[in-house]
Amino acid sequence: MGRLTFAGLETRPGQVWGQIRLVPLVRERPVEGLRIHPGALADTGTPRDGCWYVPHGLTAEWTGDGSGVPELGTALRMPTTTVHGSRRPRAKSKFGERRTRVRFVPRRGALETYLPIAFKAPVIAWEEWSTRAFRHGIAPQPDRTHLGFLVDGLGDALRVFEIHPGQCGVLVYVADALSGVLVTPHPDDYRALHPTLIEDSYGELIWRYSMLYHSAPEFEPRLDASEVDSIADLRAQVAAVQRDWAEFHDGTLAGGLLGPDYHFAEAYAMAGFRLVRYRPSFSAGTETHVGEAILDAKGRPAFLQSFRLSETQVRRGRLLEALAANEWHLDRTADHLGLTRPALVALLHNSGLDWMLRRDVVDRELAARRRGQ
Amino acid sequence: METVADLVAAEDVLLFVNAAVAATGQDEFHTGREAQAWSVDFLHEYMLVNYRDLYAAVLALGINDRNKARIVLRLLQTGADATPAQRAVEGRLIRRALRDLPVNRVYRLFTALKQAKVNNRRTRAVMREWLTARTDLGFEAVKYRGALKRAALHAHLDLDGLPGDAEGEVAAFLFDPKRRFATPLFETWRRAHYERAAVFELPYTVAEGFAARHRIPRAVFLEQIAPKLTRNERLRLQRSGGAAVALDAAALGRMPLTRLAAYVLAIPEREREERREELLGALRASARKAAGDRAGTWGRVAAVLDDSYSASGSTEKRRRPLVVALAAHVLLDALAGEYRPLWLSGSEDPLLVRARGVTALGERIVDALETAPQTLVVVSDGWDNAPASLAAEVLRVWTTRLDPERRTAIVHLNPVFDADGIGVRRLAPSVPTAGVRDAEDLPELVAFARFDDGRVGLAELRAAVDARVTRWLEEEPWAA
Repeated sequence: MGRLTFAGLETRPGQVWGQIRLVPLVRERPVEGLRIHPGALADTGTPRDGCWYVPHGLTAEWTGDGSGVPELGTALRMPTTTVHGSRRPRAKSKFGERRTRVRFVPRRGALETYLPIAFKAPVIAWEEWSTRAFRHGIAPQPDRTHLGFLVDGLGDALRVFEIHPGQCGVLVYVADALSGVLVTPHPDDYRALHPTLIEDSYGELIWRYSMLYHSAPEFEPRLDASEVDSIADLRAQVAAVQRDWAEFHDGTLAGGLLGPDYHFAEAYAMAGFRLVRYRPSFSAGTETHVGEAILDAKGRPAFLQSFRLSETQVRRGRLLEALAANEWHLDRTADHLGLTRPALVALLHNSGLDWMLRRDVVDRELAARRRGQ
Repeated sequence: METVADLVAAEDVLLFVNAAVAATGQDEFHTGREAQAWSVDFLHEYMLVNYRDLYAAVLALGINDRNKARIVLRLLQTGADATPAQRAVEGRLIRRALRDLPVNRVYRLFTALKQAKVNNRRTRAVMREWLTARTDLGFEAVKYRGALKRAALHAHLDLDGLPGDAEGEVAAFLFDPKRRFATPLFETWRRAHYERAAVFELPYTVAEGFAARHRIPRAVFLEQIAPKLTRNERLRLQRSGGAAVALDAAALGRMPLTRLAAYVLAIPEREREERREELLGALRASARKAAGDRAGTWGRVAAVLDDSYSASGSTEKRRRPLVVALAAHVLLDALAGEYRPLWLSGSEDPLLVRARGVTALGERIVDALETAPQTLVVVSDGWDNAPASLAAEVLRVWTTRLDPERRTAIVHLNPVFDADGIGVRRLAPSVPTAGVRDAEDLPELVAFARFDDGRVGLAELRAAVDARVTRWLEEEPWAA
């Protein structure tokens, strides 16, 4: 358990375009020894037959000794190893002279894979569970996600956004609902990844907000004229305005992301960094963000990516969390949640998870539910 | 004492003048040309209906050529609504405006009149009179053949009755071109259809088409057509034309300042670095020429110059706001006694400036005011975003608390038309804002911006505009 922070990053004034607000995060100096590049899949060359779509993903690349990672495609002499599956880099002796790369799940699919990765398949073969549940685990149930292209105004907002010098991150708000965060270790990475925000997927809520709202209020600074007697006072007031905004933003606007406690699941260890997946404890009706982060030894984010889950996904996550906590025993889970067994099965049915149960069990419990139990 | 209605009317007029200087009907960084067409049309209609005499008088106020042509079009279109006295003044203004406009703009206006089906007696008279006054109609018949033909048909012109050295062959040239001509240029044009050598005696734009037809390689073509190039054509070809059309430093220095700045910023950075002395020298020479006898008379001047990412303009107006900022920088350097430039990015080298980063106008204006200048000029598109409207607050506090007597004159020049806001974006209500197209107009704009601080009523503005109109109508244009 722990919290997310923006340690090492400073919040700068957001830029509003229509209903989209983009809030930049700036690093004083880039993180050494780690770079994030766009493009998770190897370039397959030009298509000869028809066309195909390569989903947008990311590649992380690091050096062992904290020396700088060269720009993608510019290194002539520094060999690189790509980590496939869970294979860890072998050669530790010559680590300083080599880079290691790991590829991320394309972001389009990441949303569906996060929940199942967090909750493993049933470990005890209770008779209610179908064989499919054991064999395949909780296979991703594709939700409808909305590409950035479909979010009204996001394309224009990204186009006219003016990138700060040293900017290493951005928070995307749609009608002031936080829809995603991207933090990179290096400003150049951010510049390369900025246009790809349009290819990311956003939840249904965000898409709906972008349709319903057409403007977000500007944060309007007010200077106190009565306090100003010289240029130095004016300068102090200007600095105070900037500070007020950063405090207000981190405390209020981004409160839904930075406030709650998260479970950090360590997924991978890189030289000085660790890749973690984080999720909060799910409860309906609250802002819920899940995602991946690369943290340094002090827990500061070198890379951070987050998605806002929709209400349906939160409900599903809450059920999976309760089931996992009770070793996938139906009655105990129902007790834990304060429900009857038919009511729990009805919930699973409504959340699209009833395929994990045996068909006859589902039918019986749903019939019982209809009879009023 | 002015009434509120008076103040509003003055504000409307100034809003229109600013828009008519900045709006060029092209894509801007934030808004597209469709939105702009809509809002500029609205402004024209609004002015025409509410302040018809001022609308015509705006022709004298240094607005851009495109909007001048549009005003003439609308005035001619709605002549029936004007009183006889108004028509008399309008007639003189239109005649004077057409004499000033570049020839291609006038021919385009004639085509627009045809498309809008404006063919009243006044329109035909205006067209006839303008064409009668042309000194070299034969040359224009070759260069603008299509447009002249359309104009002749539209206004029922007796082409051969017009003066000129074409010896009554213009009509034959336009409508029956497959014969021999006595006029040498017409004959060259006819021969150019069959003969390579004749191509190079034609104007550049016409020759380009024939060169493609004869498959003349571009390099050969440019080398031979070079003597025929006009000044602006030559400057435009600097990047692509090669050695045949190259200009030396002295020739560059004679170019108009803003065009020269556009050329300089189009050069890759490394080459700019190599030709530093030459380019800076040319810019300074051009600025000295634009400043004229006002050079060095402005006292202590500070400038806040916008080189944020939005200064990169659009694909149609590449780097235009940045170009204007650079040209203004060089010109202010020539005008000022003591000059302090402040680029938003903190850059100290104007030659290598590029459009990148945020628009943190507020902090930069504080830096500028700290130097206690007599004049502060802000050249920016007005999209203050780090944070938004901090510049307005800084200027408000400055004018209310630190400088209530207005010892420092602050002017905001905005090269970008904001279609969504129908006008140019202002920085603060207390600070005058003027649209700017070419940096050469900067001294006039700064003088005119005095009317735009929200305190000048319609009567005073009208008096100033009338004085300007009278002067404009009396002075003889240098061409005539």
